[in-house]
Amino acid sequence: MTTSTFRTCPDTGFKVYSSAENLIKANAVAGVVFLAVGGLFGLLVALTRWQAVHLLPADMFYLALTAHGADILIFWIIFFEIAILYFASAILLNCRLATPRVAWLGFALMLIGSVMANVAVLQGESSVMFTSYVPMQADHKFYLGLILFAVGALVAVGVFFGTLVIAKKEKTYEGSVPLVTFGAITAAIIAVYTILSGAVILVPTWLWSLGLIGEIDTLTYRVVWWGFGHSSQQINMAAMVASWYAIAAITVGAKPISEKVSRMAFLLYILFLLLASAHHLLTDPGLSSEWKVVNTSYALFLAVLGSLIHGMSVPGAIEVAQRKNGFTQGVFGWLRKAPWGNPAFAGMFLSIVLFGFLGGITGVIMGTEQLNLIMHNTLYVPGHFHGTVAAGTTLAFMALAYIVVPLLFRRELIFKRLAQWQPYLFGLGITGLSIFMMAAGTLGVSRRHWDMAFSDASLTFDYPPAAFLIMAMNGISGIIASIGGIAFIIVIVGTILFGKKRDEEAVKSNPIVYQGGSTAVSSHGSAESLHIPGTAILVSVFFGAFVLYYFINWKYLSEIWPLS
Amino acid sequence: MSLTPPENRLWWKEPLHGIEITWITIAFLWGLLMFGVMVYWHMTGEQNLSNEAYRINPDVYAEKVEAAAEKYTVRVDEQSGMPVVRPPAGTDVYMLARLWEWWPILELEKGKEYRLHLSSLDWMHGFSLQPTNINLQIHPNYEMVLTIKPTETGEFGIICNEFCGIGHHEMLGKMIIVE
Ligand code: HEM
Ligand SMILES: [Cu+2]
Ligand SMILES: [Cu+2]
Repeated sequence: MTTSTFRTCPDTGFKVYSSAENLIKANAVAGVVFLAVGGLFGLLVALTRWQAVHLLPADMFYLALTAHGADILIFWIIFFEIAILYFASAILLNCRLATPRVAWLGFALMLIGSVMANVAVLQGESSVMFTSYVPMQADHKFYLGLILFAVGALVAVGVFFGTLVIAKKEKTYEGSVPLVTFGAITAAIIAVYTILSGAVILVPTWLWSLGLIGEIDTLTYRVVWWGFGHSSQQINMAAMVASWYAIAAITVGAKPISEKVSRMAFLLYILFLLLASAHHLLTDPGLSSEWKVVNTSYALFLAVLGSLIHGMSVPGAIEVAQRKNGFTQGVFGWLRKAPWGNPAFAGMFLSIVLFGFLGGITGVIMGTEQLNLIMHNTLYVPGHFHGTVAAGTTLAFMALAYIVVPLLFRRELIFKRLAQWQPYLFGLGITGLSIFMMAAGTLGVSRRHWDMAFSDASLTFDYPPAAFLIMAMNGISGIIASIGGIAFIIVIVGTILFGKKRDEEAVKSNPIVYQGGSTAVSSHGSAESLHIPGTAILVSVFFGAFVLYYFINWKYLSEIWPLS
Repeated sequence: MSLTPPENRLWWKEPLHGIEITWITIAFLWGLLMFGVMVYWHMTGEQNLSNEAYRINPDVYAEKVEAAAEKYTVRVDEQSGMPVVRPPAGTDVYMLARLWEWWPILELEKGKEYRLHLSSLDWMHGFSLQPTNINLQIHPNYEMVLTIKPTETGEFGIICNEFCGIGHHEMLGKMIIVE
């Protein structure tokens, strides 16, 4: 008994219900708007930290940095993730969306919340950074905005689970859910945990900002806040990896080499989530070393195991598919002949590589109890997470957008050339930001800091001159990343507004879904037939770099003053 | 495809590929090893944070720091007007963080151990000792105590690296290490 109408997608054959389609569009578009706004603030920040340019005055810098963090890490990513959840449930399972009205309510709450938080920040009374550590106080609208946004997101997650139930009941698919949906379920389960911890900390903070409750303990705040802040990064991981699998399937016809291994790896994210927030608290007083070591180890390393597994499964699946597609030359023929001109493929592959090398390795190192004290709160930290959430998640989502926007809006991508260059430009810019911020952090330069020359301080201190050069290169990288970001916005918005209609002709002449895939059917599971030498080499190089860099950092640590 | 239900309905019964087993094993052992290194460093490494911390009222902490400064001030820093405090080697030394300064300036001897006390009187601050690169989170109401042993002489900057409002970038302290 559904009132919702559906069409059959001429590209994929999926049943697309209009209710789901509209909600996906709305959430994705809202996300892209916040990406644009947040990216602009990022550029202003990067140009201010380039000491020779020093664009913004101090108060505007802290305002812009707060807006950058909130708009891009919270609003862009979560809006887009909700779009992915609806896509992975309603579309992939050929099902109508559960309670579209409630889903719209969730969307409205998210929109109101995000606008409210932005207004609070732009009014200048809420430059507290997106972490909003007490006892620094923002305008109460800031906290209320975040709370409304979180409630809206929780509603959307509920709609996602509802849709899964309907699909199961109405038997819109056979057997188990697809792997990408499984990844989305992982993200959604983590999201429930995350949003609840967020409520536990943000609701009292909001009441405190209204003067209704007294002091909040700073350490308790950090422990609970990171219960929310860290697990939300696991949502991003799960959604990013699900996007990798989806894009690999669509662009080269890749199939998971082993459903069991990939699903188990997703499960690790859920199981070992709980107190990984410990790695944000490694230099805090009042928490014992045992607590820190145990919580970072089981929670961090076993979740990392999940990522390491995906790190082989996804390229491995691509290699298998490409070899079946006929690119069997040598060890790396499959990679050389990959569709590098397709921005969806290029963005996805860059996302995998950059996430692993820039974000993954450094994250584990910072999460090591003793090593953390040579990096805590230096620019090393933003250097690391531009590797994860910007080069990893954001680039993967951009790549996915190159597929989803033409499919749902039924339009051809415009400015194909620009689109082709976009992932490389953005990837290069973010790589620069990530590496240069980590380099500056290694020299001790502080994050969230307006003046690395300390000109207004009553004492003097000089960072090494190299640090200033590095921050200049960081500024240039910021400009490149911004050009890449703007290119993305132009292509996506331009396609939605002015793209040529994607008619039957286009579906035939310019397929989005890889066509050869269906002929190369084979079943899984025979150990002998898995031939992925290229992936084995890539994974070995990665592992070698990981081990090497890990021990280099212990060497650094051993050179600082003895502490006990 | 990852977009459609698994072709093999009994996917959980598929055997693993050799290369998958190898990689999962290596990755798992690597995790164990990294866990082991942290424990090992606690036993043999020289750079470990202490677990010593006390709850303390900011006013009480301020009194302690001031008392120590009164006792051991050797001169006044010309540039900042801040007292330079030089407690005897091997004793407890105190520094406080407040909006927006690290107070007082400490003068310590190279190669001697000191019990360094740190706490904040107001907001959270970040103790970032440079260029040696030691970074600690400083909370109000918590007094952190750790033993340090400077290994080089010179003037060291103490930068605040936890955002603490509009004067955050002016919050710069000093530690002087002498022979
Ligand atoms: C145009 C591209 C971008 C530029 C130029 C840029 C630049 C920067 C810079 C220079 C900082 C560090 C400032 C500091 O601590 O002093 C920063 C912080 C940050 N960036 Fe970006 N970024 C970009 C894209 C992104 C993306 C795509 C994400 C995430 C999806 C992101 C998330 C963050 C977060 C969470 C912070 C920390 C904010 C804080 O400390 O409160 N950035 N960004
Ligand atoms: Cu401070
Ligand atoms: Cu500060």
